[in-house]
Amino acid sequence: MVNYILRRLGYAVILTVLVSFVGFVIIKLPPGDFLTQKLEQLRARGDRSAEAQIEALRAKYGLDKPFMEQYTTWAVGFLKGDFGESFAYERPVRDLLGERLWLTVILSVATLIVVWALAIPLGVYSAVRQYSLGDQIITTISFIGLGMPGFLLALLILYFAIVVLNQDVLGLFSPQYQDAPWSIGKVLDLLQHLWVPAIISAVTGAGGLIRIMRGNLLDTLGQPFIEAARARGLKNRDVIWKHGVRMAINPLIVILGSEALPGIISGNALVSIVLNLPTIGPLFVQALRQLDMYLAGTCLVIFTILLMLGNLLSDLMLAWLDPRIRLE
Amino acid sequence: MESISKDLFIEVKDLHVEFDVRAGIVKAVDGMFLEIRRGQTVGVIGESGCGKSVTARAIMNMIPKPGKITGGEILYHRRNRETGEVQTIDITKLDPDGEIIRQIRGGEIGMIFQEPMSSLTPVYTAGQHIYEAVSLHRLIPVKKLGDQMVETIVAHRKVTKEEAREIAVEMLRKVGIPKPEQRVDSYPHQLSGGQRQRVMIAIALSCQPEMLIADEPTTALDVSIEAQILDVMRDLQNTVNMAIMFITHNLGVVAEMAEEIVVMYMGKQVERARVVDLFYKPKHPYTQALLRSIPRIGKKSDVRLATIEGMVPDPFHLPTGCVFHPRCPMFMPGKCDKIEPSNIQVDDHHWARCLLYEEVKV
Amino acid sequence: MTAATLPTKKSQARQVSQSYWSLVWWKFKKNRIAVIGGIILILMYFCMAVIPEFIAPYALERKSSFTEARPQTIRFIDAQGNFSLRPFVYGLERKIDEQLRRRTYVENPQVKYYIYFFVKGDPYKLLGFIPWDRHLFGVDPSIKDAHIYIMGTDSNGRDFFSRIIYGGRLSLLIGLIGQLLTIILGSILGAISGYYGGAIDMFVQRFTEFLNAFPDIPLFMALAAAIPKYWSPITVYFMLTLILAFVRWGGLARQVRGLILSLREREYVLAAKSAGASDSRIMFRHLLPGTMSHVIVIATLSIPGMILSETALSWLGLGLRPPLTSWGVLLQEAGTVYAIRFAAWQLWTIPFILATIMAYNMLGDGLRDAMDPYSAR
Repeated sequence: MVNYILRRLGYAVILTVLVSFVGFVIIKLPPGDFLTQKLEQLRARGDRSAEAQIEALRAKYGLDKPFMEQYTTWAVGFLKGDFGESFAYERPVRDLLGERLWLTVILSVATLIVVWALAIPLGVYSAVRQYSLGDQIITTISFIGLGMPGFLLALLILYFAIVVLNQDVLGLFSPQYQDAPWSIGKVLDLLQHLWVPAIISAVTGAGGLIRIMRGNLLDTLGQPFIEAARARGLKNRDVIWKHGVRMAINPLIVILGSEALPGIISGNALVSIVLNLPTIGPLFVQALRQLDMYLAGTCLVIFTILLMLGNLLSDLMLAWLDPRIRLE
Repeated sequence: MESISKDLFIEVKDLHVEFDVRAGIVKAVDGMFLEIRRGQTVGVIGESGCGKSVTARAIMNMIPKPGKITGGEILYHRRNRETGEVQTIDITKLDPDGEIIRQIRGGEIGMIFQEPMSSLTPVYTAGQHIYEAVSLHRLIPVKKLGDQMVETIVAHRKVTKEEAREIAVEMLRKVGIPKPEQRVDSYPHQLSGGQRQRVMIAIALSCQPEMLIADEPTTALDVSIEAQILDVMRDLQNTVNMAIMFITHNLGVVAEMAEEIVVMYMGKQVERARVVDLFYKPKHPYTQALLRSIPRIGKKSDVRLATIEGMVPDPFHLPTGCVFHPRCPMFMPGKCDKIEPSNIQVDDHHWARCLLYEEVKV
Repeated sequence: MTAATLPTKKSQARQVSQSYWSLVWWKFKKNRIAVIGGIILILMYFCMAVIPEFIAPYALERKSSFTEARPQTIRFIDAQGNFSLRPFVYGLERKIDEQLRRRTYVENPQVKYYIYFFVKGDPYKLLGFIPWDRHLFGVDPSIKDAHIYIMGTDSNGRDFFSRIIYGGRLSLLIGLIGQLLTIILGSILGAISGYYGGAIDMFVQRFTEFLNAFPDIPLFMALAAAIPKYWSPITVYFMLTLILAFVRWGGLARQVRGLILSLREREYVLAAKSAGASDSRIMFRHLLPGTMSHVIVIATLSIPGMILSETALSWLGLGLRPPLTSWGVLLQEAGTVYAIRFAAWQLWTIPFILATIMAYNMLGDGLRDAMDPYSAR
């Protein structure tokens, strides 16, 4: 077990280093950089000292150094929590991320919880009552959810909220609560905004998971150990949950790491952009558009690290749940 | 004490089980009769698909979907363990997830299965399996010294975890698992096939059932392991005196285990006799054919082994008359394909379902 | 008793011996949902990718003075209650909304434009070389200022329905072409990796694992942002397709590798090997065909993801850019709060995208069931 965890951890560390390097390369790929763009702007404005200003900035940000040196400086800083400077905001990337990182994590975890809390019971119901009316309804809805991309659903909900309800659902808070201290009013306001991402994640994320849970459980319920458990005199409910669901959930944990989590991270990034949620997603797009290199690079690497942490957790969870892996 | 022949435990009477599959209705069990007495071992043999396993599941009232008991009854003469009173229950009438059938399953009738490799839930240890069964069925009497210095049972309580563990270790030892104190914490994937089947037996016996249904318990095992498992079962039966319904398609195994044999074909009992009678004086042409198909040591090796002619009939298009007639070497045209034979007593404690022994008008 | 070799009677069981693909086709045909999905896709591809110029009433860039005009309703009954078999639309009239201080358009029941089929309109080259000027439907071009905007117009006064039809071409094709590249890359590398093992296998495995370490949309975004802005639209389009294929081939390669690993041990492959067949012959004649049904199913089910990725990237301004028109580009304008409030009809793109995705999922699901014709399901 310890061995397994150590192996996974070591693997994650190596991967992070690689990812950060490749991430840096990708971010450096676009021809020109933020400063060349700025230089053109300054020149267009007829600023005489443009060249000198830019050269000074270039030196300040270390952009005149060779590539490898730029990377190592950034990577070493990364370890210390210094992610470099944002050119566009002229502030440290760290300050910009701040709360957004937490909101991203919270939103991802909340999405995950909503999705699982919905998908597992519905999937179980669907499998146990196979071909019933309830199963057919759940199957239809999950099928629609499966094909529904979150950001398009977000646009549709936005349309519904603006045109039909005439309600402002953008962001997480109404303007009057934006910087207000926490109060009951602020919480209610938050909830009023939170239903939109919640519905989106429920519909888009749960659909696929319901299908998988249903399929897994149907397979599991056909296994001999289910019949054996029933022959021991267990209640049907216990047979289904303690033996059926308990076994059917293991493959779901694997999917959590390999498919559900990347989907949630990618999907939430897009949904956040539509709904203007203060997560990393919108910041990342903006940074990419402006060639704000350190900011974009940091966002990409953080997305990847989040994914990797999630994967690690799902690996550990699987090991905890399944003795066949734990005792390997 | 009553005579053994009257000490009935299970009576299956004219049982019909149908599976409504998309292509039509399959009559998996079609008028089956079976009697099992207390402490008796009955072997049920027949080809795969003849309805032996379905009959066993019907006794447990756990026919898998889309199957349904469509007729007949299964009388269970239930004896109260304390008072000794016998009460007769028709199992087919019970709610399949009700209190009574759940007490019967595991508690009064245990069952072990064909596939030991996958009959244990992979995430639970052997001990946890036994604990699960024991906590459902085994009650520990709480005794108290009464007025006349006699211990009386005043109540029952559930088994504690520690007691269950002791029981588990004890049971594993009984079924011959080495180092049971360690093995009790083993997960199924850490056990061999033979050990898993021993664990299955231990689980089934941990609740001290009055009957054990063994559904081809050794089919998936090596021959040497098979012999060990059969030994375990025989030893245990001698010590705890329970009935066994032994389902198999292996004539050799059933000869070793059973006192009485029931031969099934296409959902019906075609012959029933004591082991010796069945092997030496088989009456039904199907039984005769089955026996001819056993390879024997010492026979000339250039002689081909007999096979039963033809194939098992298509379950959707059963033959008319006697279902065996298309494959029967004694086929009597105009008779066997027209008239359905009934169960005839052909000898002392020997029944066969064949028109050879039945006086019928054509 | 001497054992007799008895003549076996003719089996009464129905003998079904048909080729695999005819069985697949037979089973697929029975699945109504999958067939509907397939038909929808064929129609969409034909109308939008092959002959969009004919289907769309206007040319892609045909501007008009009606900017952000609301959609006209197609009517059979006019305000007076007169029924007309030939459908018509009311002409649009400019109005100033005093409250919002905006220019808006309202339908004017006094002006009726009848809808005709095969009307003359903007000239184009059908299939790129047949000059023609007929359109599937439209209003009488001889009437001055006659117009029909069944899904409204955009901020440049261009017919939105026409733009959706044209936009479909790029969006639908990027899915197909991208997926084709993915299949080629994925199945060849997967096959090599499964068949030869060793260093190639090592490399393919690690590389796909590495790509999997990134969440795909952010990775797409970063890669798409690296496409130089000064490249020509067509180059950008192909680069984007390449990026999508490049990031996505790994999953397919893994699946193919797994299949090849299991197929490699099958008797018929061993037989071919012992008959002295060359590696490439075994690979292309025996192994890859065995994986085809699987690959087709995976490919069908992943095309929607590809189309959506393009849509998302273009919508974010990181993918295709005007003058290229794809569904994502159309969404770019439509997705702002302002547009949703005042020109919500520009969201008409979304139903088209969703219909495509649904159709692919329906088809893919049906194919998956059909490709396994021996299963009971």
